[in-house]
This record gives sequence, C-alpha cells and structure tokens, in this order.
Amino acid sequence: MTPLRMFRGALTLALTVVASLAVLRSDELLGAQRSATATISGETDGWASRTVSACDHRKAVVVEGVRSNEKLPPQKAQEVADLLSDLMRFCNEEVVARISIREKITLSVNGLPFVDYVQGGELPVELVHGKVQHTDRDRAIWKAELDREVAEGDRLFHSDELGTNGLACAMCHPDASNTHPETYPKFQTQLKKVALLRDMVNWCIQNPLEGKVLPDDDPRMKALEAYILVKRTGATLDPGKH
Amino acid sequence: MGINLTPKELERELRERSLESESLIQSLFNCDRRHFLKVSARFAAMAAAAGVIQPHAFQLVDVAYAAASPDANPEVGFRFAYVSDSHLFARGMNHRFAKAALKAVEDVNALDPQPDFVLFGGDLAQDGRPEELELGRQILSGLKPPVKMMVGEHDWYFDLGEKWRQMFGPDRYSFDHKSVHFVVLNSVVEDDFWTVKGYTPEQRMAIVAGLDDGRQSRFKVGEEQRDWLHKDLEKLPKTTPLVVFSHSPLYKYYRPWNFWTDDAEQVQALLFPFKSVTVVHGHTHQLLTNRIRNITFHGMLSTAWPWPYAPQGLPPLTLQMERTDPFDQFDGCGDGSVDVLKSGTVNANYNLWDRNPRTVTYAEVTKGIKGGGPSY
Repeated sequence: MTPLRMFRGALTLALTVVASLAVLRSDELLGAQRSATATISGETDGWASRTVSACDHRKAVVVEGVRSNEKLPPQKAQEVADLLSDLMRFCNEEVVARISIREKITLSVNGLPFVDYVQGGELPVELVHGKVQHTDRDRAIWKAELDREVAEGDRLFHSDELGTNGLACAMCHPDASNTHPETYPKFQTQLKKVALLRDMVNWCIQNPLEGKVLPDDDPRMKALEAYILVKRTGATLDPGKH
Repeated sequence: MGINLTPKELERELRERSLESESLIQSLFNCDRRHFLKVSARFAAMAAAAGVIQPHAFQLVDVAYAAASPDANPEVGFRFAYVSDSHLFARGMNHRFAKAALKAVEDVNALDPQPDFVLFGGDLAQDGRPEELELGRQILSGLKPPVKMMVGEHDWYFDLGEKWRQMFGPDRYSFDHKSVHFVVLNSVVEDDFWTVKGYTPEQRMAIVAGLDDGRQSRFKVGEEQRDWLHKDLEKLPKTTPLVVFSHSPLYKYYRPWNFWTDDAEQVQALLFPFKSVTVVHGHTHQLLTNRIRNITFHGMLSTAWPWPYAPQGLPPLTLQMERTDPFDQFDGCGDGSVDVLKSGTVNANYNLWDRNPRTVTYAEVTKGIKGGGPSY
C-alpha cells in the first residue's frame, strides 16, 4: 500500500495554503502544483537545467546546473540513469524528479508539489484531509467546482445585470485586463482609503455601471473575484505602473 | 490666442458679450478644459474692456492644440475631424455614452477654422439595434461640417448592416477631396459562425460585441471588397495621396481582441504602389501608431471608453497613453482631427479629453517620436 509521510504531507499542505493566499505570486509552489511539466521544459527561474526522460514517458529527471544543450558529465549521467531505473518501480505514476545543484533529490508525483526523496525509498505522497491520498475523481470534482465558480464570474463580468445602464465590466476590461488584482490591497488614492479588489469591483458597479454595490458575502462578488484572479494568474507584474 | 486681443477681436467680444454673458457664466459650471479656454478668453476680453484686473483663475495658457491650428502651419493643405466608437445604447440623451458623443459634436463644431468634413469611425451603436443607430444619427446631425460614415462591427451584426445601409448608404465607397483620394472600407466582415450554431441575431450581436469573445470569427475586408478596391485604385496615378478609413486596424496587432484584419497583407499590397498612404482606423480606442513600408496607420480615440493596450503585438512606434483614470469618465477618451499636408502625408491630432492633446506628426512617424505621451 501507499506509504504515508504525514509530517511532510502536512508541511506541503501548509505551504500550498500559503501559496494560495499569495494568489498571484506565480512562484514555484503554485507552478509545480498546476503542472509539473511546466517546470521541466528547460531553463526556469534563471537556472540552467537539462531534462532526461525515461522510455515510458512517465518518468523524467531534471538536472539543474546543466544547460539543455550541454552533455552530462559521466558521473552525473550515471546518477540520472540510477535514479530513473529506481523510479521505474512506480510504474503507474507520472514522476518528475529534480536533482538540484546541491545534489538534493525532490520528486513531484502526478503533478503534486515537489517533496524530498531518498533514492531506493518509498514513493513520497501528499496526505490530505482524512489521511487519504487524493484520487483522480477528487481532483476532477474540485476542478469542476472551481471552473463553475470562475465560469459564473466570467458570465457576470460580461453581463449587464450588475448595472442599470447596459455597461458590463468586460467592456473596459477585456480578459480582465487592467484589473491588476495583484496590486491590492493598496491605498486607492481616488477613494482616499485602503481598498481591496472587491472595493474597486464595487466602485465600478456603482459608478460606470450605475448599479447597486454587492455585499461582501454576496456569491456574485466571490465569483467575480474568482474570475479576475484566475484570469490574471501569471500576468506580468508591473510595479509602479498601476 | 492670448490675453492680448486685437482691437477687432475685442470689439467682437464686446458685441457678443451682452448676449453671451449669461450662457458663459452658465457654461462655467459645466466646463471642460477646452471650454474653459474658450470661456476664459471671453471673460478676459470683457475684463479687459471694462478695465478690470484679470482674476488669476482666468489667466490664459497657451496650449498646443490652439497652436496647431491648420492656419498656423503653412504645410497643411486641409483638415478633417473625426468622432469614433460612440457605442450608443438607446437609453436617451442622458446616458453617459450619449453625453460623451454630444461632447465630441460640440468639440468639432468649436474647431476654428471648421474642418472640411468629419469622419465617423464606426461603432455608432453598441448592440446594432435600429433605435441605437437612430439615436446616433440624431446626435451626429448636430455636426456642422459634412459627415462621412464608416461602419463598425457593433453597427452590423444585429441585422447584418441592413438598417445601417438604409440610413447611411453603402458601407464602402471612395471620394476625392482636394487632390487626395479617400477610401472608406467595411473591414469588419466575419465568416459566418452563427448559422451552424443556430444563434439568433441578438446572440450573434452579443458575441461580436464581446471583444474577448472567442466564439466569433476574425475581421477581414474580404475578397469581393478587395476586388472593388483594386478597381477603385487602378485608375489613379500612383502619386495620388491616399487616405484609407477602416474600422479595424489594417494590420495584425492582437488577434484575440480582433485588433486585427485577417487579410491585412492583401489589402496592404494594394496600397504599397502608392507614394503616400495613410490608414485611419477606429476599434482600438487608444493612441496607436504604426508604419508598414509606405503606409502610416493612426488609431482613433473613442468617445465612450479607452481600451488597455493589448498584452502583445503593440506597434513599437506607438506613443502610449498612460493608464487612464477609471474615476474620470472622459480620461483616455476624446476625438480628433487630421491635418492633410500639402505633400499628401498627414499629422494626426489626438484631442484627449481631460489630458493634454498630442499630435503625432508625419515627421515623427518617419524620423522618430519626440517627447512623451499625453499626460495630465
């Protein structure tokens, strides 16, 4: 059965929560959580790295500190080969291993965050609430729920029903552009007070749209925020511009 | 223009003042920058005539716009003005977009000397409804100079241009004015995405009206219209200056928002043989400049709202406007005019409401933009 590393799992979860709160920090944790393949595509985060894939295309080793066009030194090549054959034990899983420049090995199993790994050891998996491992079905449900929330926000953002004069948010903000949610909270000079994204959403509803402000616990506000945040994930930060 | 009025100007001001002082005072309460200048000039004249010392608030400032009158520049052959992208809802004259369109009409009527004609750059209506187009016609009927109409996608996709053509005539035409050949195109032709999906006219219009709605097709001029253009240009000597009006930019800027014309290269190919070509387009609601070989492209401002610059594809020649202030309805919006130089090239005047105006000259387009974008 799948071995559980409770402490490590709990730590990863905690980190994930922190990362989720810092919503638009498109940093390693979020990136890794969304797609492990994104981090193996070559030189990321300023690091030179080279990716070696196993023949089953389900295992890959990212060697940091080596450029993608560079030949691996023999000792390093041996290390990669050993690690890959070790990982072949977990034939049903998609595994991305990373060998850092300090020779530390971390693994991402099935797109989950990277955690430490000792060669020959058990497959590190993340613990979830109820001490069970996430199943594909779980993940499908969560994704569907999130997508539904975002789709509702998308609909509202493009609809005239929040206002009274025909205007919709998307008329000025196609693809949620110029909403720059990453800059909130901030002192909104025109409002002369510290504002959250929702305060600006409400300002827009009240003024250009000539509608009624939404209460903080209004599910429509939650949906609008969800749409804006998801749409702007990974957008280039432009400090000082907004 | 300044506080030192000539005796003739002073006399005229004095003659007018008894009739106008009431409305002048009234207009001060509802005053934008340019009106302020106009009104304050008159107050200055009255004050000067009455021997009153000028209150500080009415000291006049020289603005670039006043200096850029076509009279002041001997290179200028003539001027036309534009109003574009008013996106009217049929919700009366008090709707914010109707007010903005009326403001542009006032601007154009206040130009001295008057432009030879006014181009309306498309997207008169928001949802292509007949009532919206009617409201638009009513507002534009206030324009004193003759008006040339161009169609935008918001005018078209409710009834595929039926009402628009009935009201304003053909959606593509050409005319000659003072040795310049003008062409007006319908560049918002889309491949039929609605029939197979069974969309109603309302749904079709709503999809096209959504800038970020990927269910629609990309804009194009289309083969039939390109053939027409080819025939229209065939008879002209290649030295004839050309000015082409299109709603979408006749180049490829940003596909997801249809800041784009799918057959742009084929249209450009018809224009390349001419010595001097300018394309003036709407749709993008922003200060936008491009040059491809001998073709200069100027984007028009919208009266309704400014659009952010697209995340990719912005022509490097563009002098960007700073991010607009959402708390000011008119910031980043406006109207403008185009000075057609005697050489056949043009200077584009951006009359940004609530910001300093900015002219993008032909010299800048060809030799490098000087100075910054329009700021407060």
